Amino acid sequence: MKQRRSRPQPLREISAKGKASRDIWDLRLYVAGTTARSIAAAENLRRLCEEHLRGKYRIEVVDLLAHPQLAKGDQIVAIPTLVRKIPQPIRKVIGDLSNEERTLVGLQLRPARTQAGPGRG
Amino acid sequence: MSSGSSRSTLSESKPDLLIGRGLDFRGVTPLPYDAPAGKRKRLGGPTVDPMNRAETNQSSKRRSLPKAPTGIQGLDEVTLGGLPRGRPTLICGSAGCGKTLLGIEFLVRGATQFGEPGVFMAFEETSEELGENVRSLGFDLKGLAEQGKLLVDYVHVERSEIEETGEYDLEGLFIRLNHAIDSIGAKRVVLDTIETLFGGLSNAAILRSELRRLFQWLKNKKVTAIITGERGEGRLTRHGLEEYVSDCVIVLDHRVIEQISTRRMRIVKYRGTTHGTNEYPFLIDETGISVLPITSLGLRQEASEERISSGIPRLDAMLGGRGVYRGSSVLISGTAGTGKTSLAAHFAAEACRRGERCLYLAFEESESQLIRNMRSIGLDLAPWSKKGLLRFHAARPTANGLEMHLTALHKRATEFQPHLVVVDPITTFIAAGTSREAESMLTRVIDFLKGEQITALFTSLTHGGDVLEASQASISSLIDTWIVVRDIELGGERNRGIFVLKARGMGHSNQIREFLLTDHGVELKDVYVGPEGVLTGSMRQAQEAREKALGLSRHQEIERRRRDLDRKRRALDVQIAAQRAEFEAEQEEMRRLLAQEESAGERICDDREEMARSRGAAEQRETPRRSRRVIPGGDRN
Repeated sequence: MKQRRSRPQPLREISAKGKASRDIWDLRLYVAGTTARSIAAAENLRRLCEEHLRGKYRIEVVDLLAHPQLAKGDQIVAIPTLVRKIPQPIRKVIGDLSNEERTLVGLQLRPARTQAGPGRG
Repeated sequence: MSSGSSRSTLSESKPDLLIGRGLDFRGVTPLPYDAPAGKRKRLGGPTVDPMNRAETNQSSKRRSLPKAPTGIQGLDEVTLGGLPRGRPTLICGSAGCGKTLLGIEFLVRGATQFGEPGVFMAFEETSEELGENVRSLGFDLKGLAEQGKLLVDYVHVERSEIEETGEYDLEGLFIRLNHAIDSIGAKRVVLDTIETLFGGLSNAAILRSELRRLFQWLKNKKVTAIITGERGEGRLTRHGLEEYVSDCVIVLDHRVIEQISTRRMRIVKYRGTTHGTNEYPFLIDETGISVLPITSLGLRQEASEERISSGIPRLDAMLGGRGVYRGSSVLISGTAGTGKTSLAAHFAAEACRRGERCLYLAFEESESQLIRNMRSIGLDLAPWSKKGLLRFHAARPTANGLEMHLTALHKRATEFQPHLVVVDPITTFIAAGTSREAESMLTRVIDFLKGEQITALFTSLTHGGDVLEASQASISSLIDTWIVVRDIELGGERNRGIFVLKARGMGHSNQIREFLLTDHGVELKDVYVGPEGVLTGSMRQAQEAREKALGLSRHQEIERRRRDLDRKRRALDVQIAAQRAEFEAEQEEMRRLLAQEESAGERICDDREEMARSRGAAEQRETPRRSRRVIPGGDRN
């Protein structure tokens, strides 16, 4: 629990750092309240990003309970939903991101990892 | 699944992961699906739930469930008040049968007529598309949205850009819907077509449980909701939504029979209330949806005592002397060219003459053709048309489906408020549908017109060879007064006969009259019924002439005999006078002779007395005096 509480900070730092780069991945995770599922999703996402996109990603977590009006913009139906805003085109991954393989395919990171994972950065 | 229970602990432990914090969102609290959901599912059903009993009692007092009027013409009549208030209603049907429109109209009318704002959640069309689609119906979605009465939320799920990993729920949808409802205080919600989600998301099990939760949530939210669903194979909806929405299910249908399409609606179920169970035709026109019939659910029309003239005095005489009842239905049937339209035009002209409005629906002739043709029998309808008392509506019956005609009639009658509606002829409707449909449509027309106290006049074309009375049997029971015009073929001529087949509530003539189209209108003549049968036309005239001649000669004969007799009497009188004169003369003569005899006798007596005196025999004096007295007595005769 303690660990989790501290983690969002580095995420934000990274995102702030990444603004300079063009290749920055802009990811947005929509959740509704702090349910186990949304926390799991955030965890899984952070881990994935650290693993595959270190240094060039930005994650924004939107709680729709607090900002319900934001759901319309990205056509959010399912919770949790991860939206890849940049690079285009928009991709969505729904669910708790527990299946790493599927998540990577969803974010179109999968081919990048097998062929030219480092080069893609 | 465990999200509900785990939330409370986690919300305190990890608030800083999230940007937003306000977790006060009771409305969408996802509840476990097992026990509480099952319990809640019974809510509103007819089970004896302590919570529900109060509601049932209350509703029995009001005799029905609380209902939300749709404002859609006819639908509220069929559902006896509208959709169940605060509950979801499933509207299902195949593509293009008007589900979306029904939903939109429900919201628009709710917002404009009943002060109930509404949320339209569109899964198939964007709000712009939707706005454009319904603008032609006079629904201004944008304007209503600006006034905060309507909110359209377009939910789009694109499968190609979505990857699913692990557990998820549709809380996003709930949040959006909740936000939309709360932002305008919506009382009505339409979800069109939520089953699209099955195309966008692959985990059907999650979707099902989430939809079940959604419908329950809508109930708890106390919004009157319409959920549309695509018709599935052998099921009402493709994904079995009817299992979840159990309060009210309406099926829309769009079918084409003999190239003419009809839309139909049926209420499959409506818990806790009675409803019309038939299939009702409905249509979509420039004012939205109209469900028909409008008032065909009962026979409660007022019956007027007032009688109106047909415009033909002798026909009125046949109809109990005073014409037909106001607000009744009159059928004029006959074969082609028997003068049905002419009779109908007489009715129309007479109504206008009384200063009443008449709506003439012509399905065979155009207005100008009709006016021209009626002028040829000395009936000028043009002035009435100009005055605005007579309004024509000419159209080919096949131009529209029956429902369209019916609504057109309904609409025109509503705006024109006529006293008489002429439909000439109704038989062409059979061309626009099947005869069964035409019959049901006519029932509705008649019911509607009766309800409005409008006299209805229909003409009906019977085909040669048909049994005149039987061919119209399908509508005959709907008709109050039935006038039959028939051809009478006789002596190389075709003439028209008219008779009243039935006339409810009046003593009517049982006789056939000959019916003439003269240049000063319709005339009715008595037919000749003699030993040689019914004669019409020139045979009637010939027979009449013959009779007249016969009568004349008979009359002359009588006169002659009378004169003869007179003469004879006079001759006799003369004879009597002559005889009397003769007799008198004779009598005079006789008297004279008698007097002579007497005087002669007396003289003889005197002479004898003289002689006797002279002889001295006086004792025989008495006897001759007696005999002398007898003679004057006989003379008296």
